[in-house]
Amino acid sequence: MIFTVLIPLLIACFIPFISKYKHKIHTGIFVFFVPLAIFLYFLQFIGTGFEPIRHTYNWIPSLGINFDFHLDGLSLLFALLISGIGSLVVLYSIYYLDRSERLGHFYVYLLMFMSAMLGIVLSDNVFVLYTFWELTSISSFLLIGYWHFKEKSRYGALKSMMITIFGGLSMFGGFILLSVITGTTSIQAMIANADIIMDSPYMPLALGFILLGAFTKSAQFPFHIWLPDAMEAPTPVSAYLHSATMVKAGLYLVARFSPVFTGFEWFFIIVSIAGILTLCWGSYMAVRQTDLKAILAFSTISQLGMIMAMLGFGTKAAIFAAMFHILNHATFKGSLFMVAGTVDHETGTRDIRKLGGLATLMPITATLALFGTFSMAGIPLPFLNGFYSKELFFGSSIELQEGATALSSFLVEIIPYLAVLGSIFTFVYSMYFVFGTFWGPKQLDKLPKKPHEAPIGMLIAPGILVLGVVLIGLVPSLINGTFIAHAAEAVYGGEVTQEIYFWHGWSSTAFQMSLAVVGIGAILTVTRTRWSGIYQAFPGKLSANKVYDWLMEKLDTYSSNVTRSYMTGSLRNYMAIILSAIFIVTVTVMLVTGGFTMNFEDLAPVTTIELAVVLVIMAAAVGTIFTNKNVAAILIVGMAGYGIALLFVIYRAPDLALTQLAVETVSVALFLLCFYHLPNLKKRNEPFRTKTTNAIVSIGFGTMVTLIGISAHSSDWFGTISDYFLETSYSLGGGDNVVNVILVDMRGLDTLFEIAVLGIAALAIYTLIKYRSNKGEK
Amino acid sequence: MEFIILILAGVLFATAIYNLLQKQLLRLVIGSVLLSHGAHLFILTMGELKRGRPPILTDGVENYTDPLPQALILTSIVISFGITSLLLVLAYRTANENETDNMEQLRGNDNE
Repeated sequence: MIFTVLIPLLIACFIPFISKYKHKIHTGIFVFFVPLAIFLYFLQFIGTGFEPIRHTYNWIPSLGINFDFHLDGLSLLFALLISGIGSLVVLYSIYYLDRSERLGHFYVYLLMFMSAMLGIVLSDNVFVLYTFWELTSISSFLLIGYWHFKEKSRYGALKSMMITIFGGLSMFGGFILLSVITGTTSIQAMIANADIIMDSPYMPLALGFILLGAFTKSAQFPFHIWLPDAMEAPTPVSAYLHSATMVKAGLYLVARFSPVFTGFEWFFIIVSIAGILTLCWGSYMAVRQTDLKAILAFSTISQLGMIMAMLGFGTKAAIFAAMFHILNHATFKGSLFMVAGTVDHETGTRDIRKLGGLATLMPITATLALFGTFSMAGIPLPFLNGFYSKELFFGSSIELQEGATALSSFLVEIIPYLAVLGSIFTFVYSMYFVFGTFWGPKQLDKLPKKPHEAPIGMLIAPGILVLGVVLIGLVPSLINGTFIAHAAEAVYGGEVTQEIYFWHGWSSTAFQMSLAVVGIGAILTVTRTRWSGIYQAFPGKLSANKVYDWLMEKLDTYSSNVTRSYMTGSLRNYMAIILSAIFIVTVTVMLVTGGFTMNFEDLAPVTTIELAVVLVIMAAAVGTIFTNKNVAAILIVGMAGYGIALLFVIYRAPDLALTQLAVETVSVALFLLCFYHLPNLKKRNEPFRTKTTNAIVSIGFGTMVTLIGISAHSSDWFGTISDYFLETSYSLGGGDNVVNVILVDMRGLDTLFEIAVLGIAALAIYTLIKYRSNKGEK
Repeated sequence: MEFIILILAGVLFATAIYNLLQKQLLRLVIGSVLLSHGAHLFILTMGELKRGRPPILTDGVENYTDPLPQALILTSIVISFGITSLLLVLAYRTANENETDNMEQLRGNDNE
């Protein structure tokens, strides 16, 4: 099974070589056989006696991350959709994409996406699932931005990326929580341990994170905004990713995890509300669109909402209907996208206001569109699969009333009405789509191209899909027991047997709801121009897009404002910030842990001469601040240095005193040299402006250092290790001067690198002085 | 006496930081010099002061001052001297190239 996931990726590696010959043979022809082979492979699993299959390949066993592939009914349904529609889309793209396009890129992205999608639906390991999940986001980003020279493509690609990655990361958080709660990374094991998850206090958090991931991917309200903008992608991509597969990844996720969360009432409430809301909003907004693909995008949003709502209901009938509708939606929506692409290809426009009366010119396309839209609208005809699933949807929405609790009773009451409302608008935009494009007055003068029937190759793929629509419509039992029931069982967790009937009799409530939808929908369709003014009032200028754009813009401006507020480029500010941070952290830690101590025992006696030297150094140090002359400042620094040397003498460190004297002399000479060599320097001997902040920071820091020193000196934990040096200096080092023995013998490495430091400094100084870049030559 | 030396180190630190917070390049260098003085005194005080003879082995003497801080300071003096001289030349070159030694005027570049 791993091969089905990896083969598209492997083939993708070879596409660049094949695509060199695209002018002789269209690259898509090679690609076509990949999904076809995968489809045929998965086809063998269809049958009444299907049992889940499991294959495991090690990846990172120490972290429990392995390629666990688990094929059950749900995975099989999705795998067949992905590979089946994938092959049809590739077939369609052969005729849709011209050979002058960058075909290599297109098919690499497409195969990458196919791999990722198969990986999502087959993975049993949550982390592997997440890996493939992000791969779909990335490949979808690449595909949407395929025509990257278009501004709108780039905008749409970025938007979908931001929203789906946001959801993906949140889903990752949910996965981590789940795997921490259960101690396993396998989804099947999590389902088996559902009671542990339900008892965990982190369960609502995990559920929220996972649902956020599912809702963003499946374009649920209010995260639906990326989908209409993703329509900038080539039409085969829209047909494949944004109707049949990627947007259903969220549905798959909810379906996959519903056995875990199904006992939790909020799962029902959140998922149902999100689904129903999306259904109504998507179908309501679809009527407003003028672009064929935008209509289909909002239609997809609304249909996804409907399936999501059914997954939320969680009853046996609802889950069966959801699985059935996933299949049906993929067939008719895929064909409709291809129809829209064909119309675009043949007329040069997708604007429905410019189109009309194409039925006589493109009879086959019009027929295909007719079947697709009627199925989408759920018109009660026995050869349309959309009707069956829609009626099952109505049926399941009514059945909910039986198991209502106090918390959700109001929701249960209104769901059937909202379902009908959403379906009415579905009917309206479906009719608008088909009649607005193919019937009505011809406006040939407005079209960029002279329309004629599409090439036969372009019609094969939508033709097969429509054939599927009709076939499922005529004999639903063909796929029912062998296929859909297995998928529903995997989600429901128990046996699901459901007969699909066309005729339930006039008294059936669901049928009456369907009739109401058709009746009211027909009236609204005929009078559409009269009431379409309502869109000016609601939503008018309201839009989730505005929120997104506003958020993006504000994020940019605020973050750059924050950065600009402290990254001033002024060294003084940075110094002040760094020192204050050190001060605050150190003092807080010292105060909290009671670190400041003072102990007056064991101190050396104070003598006058030391005191005098100390006072001189202090005066010199303070003097550097108050002197206004550079020469004076340099001399005062020298004074401090010689004072230190004197202290070294007093404290019996002859080597130190020697070095300090020498170094101080050279330093002062250097200072004077530099000062002398600054002819262009403006002598800014201005008096020091007393800056309170500077004073506070420096005095605070000095005090802190003193206090730390006193505390360190007062707390005596360990004796010194110097006794060893004193004892062995002569016996091991062969020298009387212990400091020198330490420097060159005991700790010689320090000295080596100190020499290196001096050497590097000398080299750097030499370079600084010698190297001159010519001005104007940069 | 140790406390007095530590106070001196604190004063050196404070004045060094005050200098570091100034605009003129030369003052920054002075600040760094004072800072290293403060640090050296700090290290010296962490060993005990004046508890014996200088650490040069002499017959009949048992008590020596701690040689380890002295070795550390010696290393540190040399390193800070290298740094100071590099800083000085850098300051000189910077001021020469940009015709200013004012840090506030030296900030930023065109590519930001």
